[in-house]
Amino acid sequence: MTGSAPLLEGAAVIALWWVAIGLAGLVRARSILFVGRVLFPLGAVGGIALAAVALSAILQAPQSLVLPLGLPDLPFHLRIDSLSAFFLLLLGAAGAGISVFAAGYFRSGEGTAPGLLCLQYHVFLASMAMVLLADDAYLFMVAWETMALSSYFLVTTQHRIPEIRRAGFIYLLVAHVGALGILLCFGVLHGGSWDFTFDAMRAAQLDPRWATAAFGLALFGFGAKAGIVPLHVWLPEAHPAAPSPVSALMSGVMLKTAIYGVLRVTFDLLHTQHWWWGGAVIALGLFSALFGVVFAAAQTDMKRLLAYSSIENIGIVFLGIGLTIQFQAFGMKTLAALTLAATLYHCLNHAFFKALLFLATGSVLHATRERSLGKLGGLIHRMPWVAWLALVGTLAIAGLPPLNGFVSEWLLLQSFLFTPELPHAFINMLVPIGAAALALTAALSAYVMVKFYGVIFLGRPRETDLSHAHDCGRLERLGLLWLAVGCVLLGLLPVPMLALLDRVNALMLGATLGEQAQSWWFLAPVSAQRATYNPAVFLLGILVAFVLTYWGVRRLYHGRVRRADPWDCGYPLQTSRMQDTAEGFGQPIRQIFEPFFRMKRELPSPFDLAPRYRVEIEDHVWHWLYLPVAWAVEGTSRLIGRLQQGRIAVYLLYSFITLIGLLVLVL
Amino acid sequence: MNATGLVSQLAEILVAVAAAPLLMGWVGQCRAWLSNRSGAGLLQPYRMLRKLFQKDAVIAHNASTLFRFVPYLQFATMALAAAIIPSLSTDMPFTRAADAIALVGLFALARVFISLAAMDIGTSFGTLGARREMLVGFLAEPALLMVFFTASLISASTSLPTIVDTLAHRELAIYPSLAFAAIAFLMVLLAENARIPIDNPSTHLELTMIHEAMVLEYSARHLALIEWSAALKLFNYACIGIALFLPWGIIPDSDPVGLLRAVVVLALKLGAFGFGLALIETLSAKMRIFRAPEFLGTAFMLAVLGMLVRLLLGS
Repeated sequence: MTGSAPLLEGAAVIALWWVAIGLAGLVRARSILFVGRVLFPLGAVGGIALAAVALSAILQAPQSLVLPLGLPDLPFHLRIDSLSAFFLLLLGAAGAGISVFAAGYFRSGEGTAPGLLCLQYHVFLASMAMVLLADDAYLFMVAWETMALSSYFLVTTQHRIPEIRRAGFIYLLVAHVGALGILLCFGVLHGGSWDFTFDAMRAAQLDPRWATAAFGLALFGFGAKAGIVPLHVWLPEAHPAAPSPVSALMSGVMLKTAIYGVLRVTFDLLHTQHWWWGGAVIALGLFSALFGVVFAAAQTDMKRLLAYSSIENIGIVFLGIGLTIQFQAFGMKTLAALTLAATLYHCLNHAFFKALLFLATGSVLHATRERSLGKLGGLIHRMPWVAWLALVGTLAIAGLPPLNGFVSEWLLLQSFLFTPELPHAFINMLVPIGAAALALTAALSAYVMVKFYGVIFLGRPRETDLSHAHDCGRLERLGLLWLAVGCVLLGLLPVPMLALLDRVNALMLGATLGEQAQSWWFLAPVSAQRATYNPAVFLLGILVAFVLTYWGVRRLYHGRVRRADPWDCGYPLQTSRMQDTAEGFGQPIRQIFEPFFRMKRELPSPFDLAPRYRVEIEDHVWHWLYLPVAWAVEGTSRLIGRLQQGRIAVYLLYSFITLIGLLVLVL
Repeated sequence: MNATGLVSQLAEILVAVAAAPLLMGWVGQCRAWLSNRSGAGLLQPYRMLRKLFQKDAVIAHNASTLFRFVPYLQFATMALAAAIIPSLSTDMPFTRAADAIALVGLFALARVFISLAAMDIGTSFGTLGARREMLVGFLAEPALLMVFFTASLISASTSLPTIVDTLAHRELAIYPSLAFAAIAFLMVLLAENARIPIDNPSTHLELTMIHEAMVLEYSARHLALIEWSAALKLFNYACIGIALFLPWGIIPDSDPVGLLRAVVVLALKLGAFGFGLALIETLSAKMRIFRAPEFLGTAFMLAVLGMLVRLLLGS
């Protein structure tokens, strides 16, 4: 290794550490105790160390290294700058919580042996770190593919179930189609120099048309990984199939590597941005966000619901990226900085609350063996730890103050309010529509999360088995607690976070939020006259008002309580089946947004002796895009297959015809 | 933060908390007069609260802690909302901690918690009410946000005192954008406060109820707090409407005499508002619940239209 780059070396060593832990898992592959109690906690330590390294790297100048490894004459290049350090921070901090949870979560007898699982899991972590550290296209692609493959094996942990194998296949397929897009994007970006280091790409001068091609390919390739509509189909299949810590890692962290890729290509490797790129990304993002949340409302499987909610959140992130591109293209540097900060903030928030909720569903799954919302209920009494910690995640993802989801939403809405200064009338018209759609999405996500939380944790158990449900173990609690505390802190301390994000702004956009963002007490982007928000005071206000109310009522009156049966308007025959099911709770949304869904309904007639109600919801995209493409591919291969006759004489004839053809061409 | 600001801040919260049931009583009285009844008097809501506070609370066996703390939280959030909305004076230190977007977030927080509490017991009416409340909420919340956005585009700020200052000091001209926003806001107000035509606050045991269905399981002090916070919510919404569309009379400082005058002005405005609300409720019939999305969708579209008018025509 050359040069001095202590932080970069540190990050690379942690990646190696993870690989070593993974390999150590093979030593005693069947011992759940060794893998769970020793190796996974060590992996979590690696995560915390990575977060610490990344935190100091955000504040420092970029560092780079050339590794002596790699292909002949093509050494691997590594680099850590504010952008990659920010995403490493996300990976380390969220990954640590997930690893601690995983330490208590994995049991033997669930498909893949624990040791092998440990290897796949830690290689997955290490490959994500390498994706973020890579500074040339080769290493990037190698790490990217390792990430895709290791996560594929993790998704198919329970490979004996056919649906899970199918989900894994779809995931792998989309991942590879996306990887092709990224590969082609790098092919355009080197700009004729045939040098595939990112430095060379930064130096390359691209024709606007080629730049647009590179941007489009990057959007396609990374969009497939991020799950932007219409490339989202793998997401609701793969997330529920994977074990919960893996779902948490994929949804919370892996999707963000795709966001990193888009940002790296758009703002670092390319020099100029066109405003209409931004417009396209905004449109994609808005549609994904609305689509994701509407579908989430209709789901009856808790992990699928969360997967669709990930599509929504990725949509919001893309919306932020699109706005940033527009501001940057019109030279409004401060606003671009504000929007990029909001976007990155939302990435970090999503990593925390989505991981928290996926892990909580994991605990519920272990306690009840049930994933379908229609068979859960009342778990707040049986699993208080999981329920109360999941409540934090629920409020955060619903975008409620003073938690973290609200901060990024607030920042994004602020940047929308600034947009009227854009010099393009057409765009100006789209602004209120965009802001309205964002507000609608946020409000809908509250609907979805009330459904999620209420049906799982509140009410009465819908099945009698649920009385055996037990709370999660100590390590699992610790993992959940870590993420929940992260949600609260990110919500309460936006000002120091923005100061960190401003370093990324400076690197990516060459602009910062400026003086106003430096006020350490109130969050006041751009100017204090314009808008201020202080979550800590806000929370304090709620708490003081709460305590005063409680104290006042108790003091002036009394605290007497009598327990009785539920009232329910005096109706005597209540069963737990009379509560809303997940289908029932989603029904209004299904009705209002009917064109979004492809529904098959089976309604009983009043004369049915055994009435049956069934509703099946499918995605239009499958029928409009994927199935036609699949048919076209199959049809074409069948046509080409006709060439294959299996007789040597025919093949000789082919060679002869080819030769003649070539001769004609030459002469 | 200065001491005088604190005075107007406290005055604002106290006036809101104390006068909210009075507003409810006034609306009820007006409704009674309009339908040729003599009515129960202005103080009826206070008597009701006193009765409820004195009773023993009855709680279902399977109620969780969440169920028990939500009424206090409801009251706390609505009291805090009163601290954000400038109804008497724009010299309010707390508004620096929360702007218009945070105010909408605060209402959303209250809504989510009361819906969760309604689902806690696991009765058929409770979950039904929660679902309907969220249905109304997911359309009303963005509409309210768009109304605020229209106003904040005019004043280039999302801070409520700045909005009120700007709007109060403009020349007396009708902004078309604000007119759209005002209609949208009125519709949101009716929906969010469980008034006719979306919901009927004075009914019980009706299959179309929303708010009442959610709070069926509450009794005594818990119910009292919820009723009081519902009254506070109506008061708050009325004050938002006044702040955005009739801001004249809200003073810029914390002068005690000025504050007293502002209280009188506010009382007059609220009186007119209460009569108008009673008139609307008397003249219209309750809608079927399936029509509620259309009603709120219209409100949402009008609010977006207001913003578009502001952006494209600058008026």
